[in-house]
Amino acid sequence: MTAPRVVQSGPAIARLAYGDWSVLWRPRAVIASGLVVLAMLAFALVQLCSGDYPMTPGEVLATLSGRGAATQEFVIYNLRLPRLLTAAFVGLALGASGAIFQSVTRNPLGSPEIMGFTMGASAGAVATVLVLGGQELAGMGGALVGGFVTAAVVYRLACRGGGVQGFRLILVGVAATALLDSLVSYLLLRARLQDAEGAYTWLVGSLNGADWQQVQIIGLTIAVLIVPVLAIGNQMRLLEMGDDLAQGLGIRVKVTRRRLLVIGTVLCAAAVATAGPIAFVALAAPQIMRRLTGGSVSIVPAALMGALILIVGDLAAQRIWPDTQMPVGIPTLCIGGTYLAWLLYQQSRASRL
Amino acid sequence: MTDVQTVPETQPGNRLRAHDLSLKYGERVVAENLSIDIPDNSLTMIVGPNACGKSTLLRSLARLLPPDRGSVVLDGQDISRYPSKEVARRLGLLPQTSIAPDGITVADLVARGRFPHQKFLRQWSTDDDVAVKAALDRTNTTELASRFVDELSGGQRQRVWLAMALAQETPLLLLDEPTTYLDIAHQVEVLDLCAELQESGDRTVVVVLHELNLAARYATHLIAMRAGQVVAQGNPKEIVTPELIENVYQLRCSIIDDPETGTPLVVPAARRSVDRVRQS
Repeated sequence: MTAPRVVQSGPAIARLAYGDWSVLWRPRAVIASGLVVLAMLAFALVQLCSGDYPMTPGEVLATLSGRGAATQEFVIYNLRLPRLLTAAFVGLALGASGAIFQSVTRNPLGSPEIMGFTMGASAGAVATVLVLGGQELAGMGGALVGGFVTAAVVYRLACRGGGVQGFRLILVGVAATALLDSLVSYLLLRARLQDAEGAYTWLVGSLNGADWQQVQIIGLTIAVLIVPVLAIGNQMRLLEMGDDLAQGLGIRVKVTRRRLLVIGTVLCAAAVATAGPIAFVALAAPQIMRRLTGGSVSIVPAALMGALILIVGDLAAQRIWPDTQMPVGIPTLCIGGTYLAWLLYQQSRASRL
Repeated sequence: MTDVQTVPETQPGNRLRAHDLSLKYGERVVAENLSIDIPDNSLTMIVGPNACGKSTLLRSLARLLPPDRGSVVLDGQDISRYPSKEVARRLGLLPQTSIAPDGITVADLVARGRFPHQKFLRQWSTDDDVAVKAALDRTNTTELASRFVDELSGGQRQRVWLAMALAQETPLLLLDEPTTYLDIAHQVEVLDLCAELQESGDRTVVVVLHELNLAARYATHLIAMRAGQVVAQGNPKEIVTPELIENVYQLRCSIIDDPETGTPLVVPAARRSVDRVRQS
């Protein structure tokens, strides 16, 4: 057996070969992703250290390796670690789902919240809680169902007569979001105050009270989807060059696109079911990463960036005003909203030039 | 008019044939009972007025548009029965419009043409290196290899797309209006390349072309279409006549010999002479 070696490294794509196996990788994307992972670990450590019961990094590491005091173990394992992992996993799911939808629509605005899938999941959860009187688990189920039904309807409406066009998906999605928004408002107005407050958590993303059950749900979803996501990444990249060309290269365009939409919807709906609709992570993460890595949006770097944004956002949500339980959706909205405004400004400038 | 109407012969040996096709876009019928035979190792050019169905036919030959009725036969078997990647190893297609991803280099774009030869865990082999190098060489784009596609001129970009199609290493290559948006010098460059490809060995090249005179010059086999039907096909020298052009394009013209190649050159009738004809 030969040792792994870099066969040829071009400016943008390198090849790693091991015997008969070989994979292509982009050094710049790998380096950028590596830096994101490092930043993620650093912020994760800060998150684990800080709180009402401050701990030193040494104590945190000792506790994680099973040598902590009982109180420390309780704080880490019952409070901080599940919250951190939920943030990381939800961020991964949102970033990946955003990359998939932006690639399929060939449009940086084609993220699940703009296409209505996030709102659909929220509406599903709110309807389940308010109309059917469900509890938390039922709300999660409602979010999954709502996300899927919305995705199916939007997709069906957008691809009337021939192939689906990215721009149509976005337009139909915007309409769907508006409709669902009014439906949610109606349900909230009709509901009793206490119920409405409970349902409200499904309208603003939050990691408050994240526990191991949530970690399991979102973690399992990601674990199941890792292999399909990695396998479909290359095909997604070719699909961006146009349907005809992709099909000419031997990709089954319709099948591939449907798979991508299903994977993206599952990831997005699972994220909403876990933490509610956390704004703008899916929109901003792939685009920020695209600028860092060069080239087009890709799933894994976008997922990592999503996790970083959410970890930082949650840290900010917890620490800026420690007395209030600020939902993580608010800082991510600030980060993502600022970014979106900048993106639109850049684009309008570019098109004028 | 009838003297140019040749019945398409069925030569069972040809690798790419279409039999009795009915092509539809949604409800709109583009062609009916269309049969066509692409001679092996030819440079076949398909010409015809706008919306005559020539691009539709090409898309259908490349199995991008499944026929409503009839079949496209590749190497003796219905093309829809092959696995998608298997078709892509035999038949390459360069569509009219393709989108170059942001920030991609020429070498990386050309390398994407190798996709049908790759697997999930065997994404690159020495064959791929050889094919990409040959394709860059062939299209004179070797020195562009590390440039970004976005920063190339239209002519260079078209050569790069062609290189990608060549890297696919298919015995059959279909090009949909490869000279659109190119000036005359670049049009000639692209068509020279097509001619070289065809002459250099066992490759069949099919081109949909708007430029009638260039098609007549380069094609070894010319197919003239109108309203979803093949009006004439064969060697351009034999089939291009004023009657054919009037029939296909509703254009009065005279035909002279191309001073460079002796192929037919279509000279549209002047406005005055048309007026005179109308008055008489």
